[in-house]
Amino acid sequence: MAAKTESFQQQRRISSLLINLTLTIICIIWLIPVIGLLITSFRSSQEIFSTGWWTVFPHPEYVDTRQITVDPSVNLDGNFQVEGITTNFTDLRNGVTLPNGEKLTWYGNKRTRTIDVAELKWVGFSTNMTLKNYSAVLGGKTVTFKDATGRDIETRGPNLGGAFLNSLAVTIPATIIPILIAAFAAYGFAWLNFPGRKLFFIGVVAMLVVPLQIALVPILQDYTRLQLNGTYLAIWLAHTGFGLPLAIYLLFNYISTLPREMLESAFIDGASNFTIFTRLILPLSVPALAAFAILQFLWVWNDYLVALIFLNPQTQVVTMALASLVGERGQDWHLLTAGAFASMIMPLTVFFLLQRYYVRGLMAGSVKG
Amino acid sequence: METQKMIVPKTGGGVVGWFTTNLGRLIVSIFVPIVTFIVLWQGFLFLRNSKAPQVVLVFVAIFWGVGGVAVLYAISNWVVEQFPKEWTRRLQPFIFVGPAIAILAWYLFIPVVRSLILSFQNDISTQWVGFANYIYAFTDRVMLEAFRNNLLWMIFGTFFSVAIGLLVAVLADRSRFENIYKAIIFLPMAISFVGAGVIWKFVYAYAGTGVGIQEVGVLNAIVIALGGKAQPWLTLSPWNNFLLIIIMVWLQTGFAMVIISSAIKGIPAELLEAARVDGANEFHVFFSITIPSIAGTLITVTTTIIIFSLKLFDVVRVMTGGNFGTNVIANEFYLERFTYGQAGRASAIAIVLLILTIPVMIYNLRQFQERRAF
Repeated sequence: MAAKTESFQQQRRISSLLINLTLTIICIIWLIPVIGLLITSFRSSQEIFSTGWWTVFPHPEYVDTRQITVDPSVNLDGNFQVEGITTNFTDLRNGVTLPNGEKLTWYGNKRTRTIDVAELKWVGFSTNMTLKNYSAVLGGKTVTFKDATGRDIETRGPNLGGAFLNSLAVTIPATIIPILIAAFAAYGFAWLNFPGRKLFFIGVVAMLVVPLQIALVPILQDYTRLQLNGTYLAIWLAHTGFGLPLAIYLLFNYISTLPREMLESAFIDGASNFTIFTRLILPLSVPALAAFAILQFLWVWNDYLVALIFLNPQTQVVTMALASLVGERGQDWHLLTAGAFASMIMPLTVFFLLQRYYVRGLMAGSVKG
Repeated sequence: METQKMIVPKTGGGVVGWFTTNLGRLIVSIFVPIVTFIVLWQGFLFLRNSKAPQVVLVFVAIFWGVGGVAVLYAISNWVVEQFPKEWTRRLQPFIFVGPAIAILAWYLFIPVVRSLILSFQNDISTQWVGFANYIYAFTDRVMLEAFRNNLLWMIFGTFFSVAIGLLVAVLADRSRFENIYKAIIFLPMAISFVGAGVIWKFVYAYAGTGVGIQEVGVLNAIVIALGGKAQPWLTLSPWNNFLLIIIMVWLQTGFAMVIISSAIKGIPAELLEAARVDGANEFHVFFSITIPSIAGTLITVTTTIIIFSLKLFDVVRVMTGGNFGTNVIANEFYLERFTYGQAGRASAIAIVLLILTIPVMIYNLRQFQERRAF
């Protein structure tokens, strides 16, 4: 019996180890892309273009130790002797490894007659970090940076800081307005009597299936006619319209389950519908409101399509600024990585602070495509 | 007390009587909304035309937008409450649900009808063309490629998201560090597709060939370390589709995991214990108890991600712009409308999207009613 328990425990320990190992591997795979981005965003542009971001970790690397000058009498067109081995120019250009582990590389063109000798050494953590990429990408001023060969390049920096402000101006109202409208509507559908109540509610729920692509073309026509294009109001209303079906549906499910007696006693005390709604329903619905708020906040902050269509370059949000950066400066990794990480700080903060509500919102909101 | 009695109108005094006693009120209740409207309108003009510093504009905008909506509700409710009781009772529900219905009608219901009409017209909506746009949508080479790619997204993207999500949910359930693992897998859910695009573009980066050029992308570095040759991954059709699908899996697995995880926690512990006491091994428990218990949730998650991959736009737009054989339906919609100016074709594609999503959505809604999420 004792032996059996022991083997059982051992088996358990092994399976627990296996489980943790598997999960750790998956998590590392999940994190590598983000870690690469984060590290790169703090490296200087010259380093980014010349070595991979993983070289900031300790690793063996060939470090130049000395130089050999090849005697002018040596004919470089054929094979010749250097450091005790026979080799030729082409091989040296690509690097030749000596038996003792040293590596010979020809420096420059034939006329230099110089060979770099490098030794394999361990290089420790790189501490060469900078915030320059962030100031370049957020500031919108002229920036200079060095490319792989150390040449100075001067360009106008993208103004991600301004886009960040625009994102706030778009996201905060585009989160609060639909919640307010949806809460009023949910209360109306749940507790007020009016002709066509059921029909309207079914209509609202039916709107859940409409992909927003359908609305883009007609709404754009309306906006052009009303001269609303590029204004904050235009995009608030658009996000409100696209978010409302889910918001009403979720809030209705919550508000309609509040105890009837409580509302009735408030009504008997002479409270009007408006008072009941603002003083009783809203405070009681905070969990549902918060869940939807986070869902909508992240949705709007991370949205690209709606912003791309209804906003203009003056009012562009972070995702638009970042996407145009990808298009115009596809290889400028120092700007792209810093910009991408800056754009993530806000949603990541909200996400980690309010994760519990977010998960609840997601579970309830999974009906929406 | 005495003053209040004077204001309260006597019932049964007739319409004229009511008007004379309430003339003041009537004037006020017309005047107040007009003033409110003018103030809000001035705010809008200021925001649209002002050259004030951006910070100021942003703060004014937030305050104006949020405050404006709240004020509109309060004022319109106040106006309605000035009416006789019977009228208040009848009109008030529409103050509550009216704005929502109006916005939904404008932004979703009417656009469906208008898109339907547009989809039977030519590129600038001046002529009826019958089913030409739909024939284009289902037969053109570009569209067929988009359909094929969407199919790839739906099959592989959904399968791997759900499978890895399930794996992590089941394994993490038996680990002490459950929350850490889950938070890491869930993290990409907070990142925008554009941001994720940059992250993965960097993973797939290709520096080109030449003496002394070092690859800075992780994928190429791994390939070189394994003795291979660096590749311009995103231009290699059809494999680039799968590289893009990996991005979606990376983003969506967290969603699948969270929902599956909560379903697993809902399985009664006695059920699992009983099976184990009966001598069932872990694989047996998993396939004969865990999977059947969470089947409903698995289907909901799967359908949700299928719809998601059907409408997928941002990842493709940012990574390849739909070039190199990676086009998808939603991107083709965008190109038709905003690059080629083909309103008719774009609308037809949007309607096709709608028709494809309806059955899955209806199914999901049914599931939701049974689940009662809050």
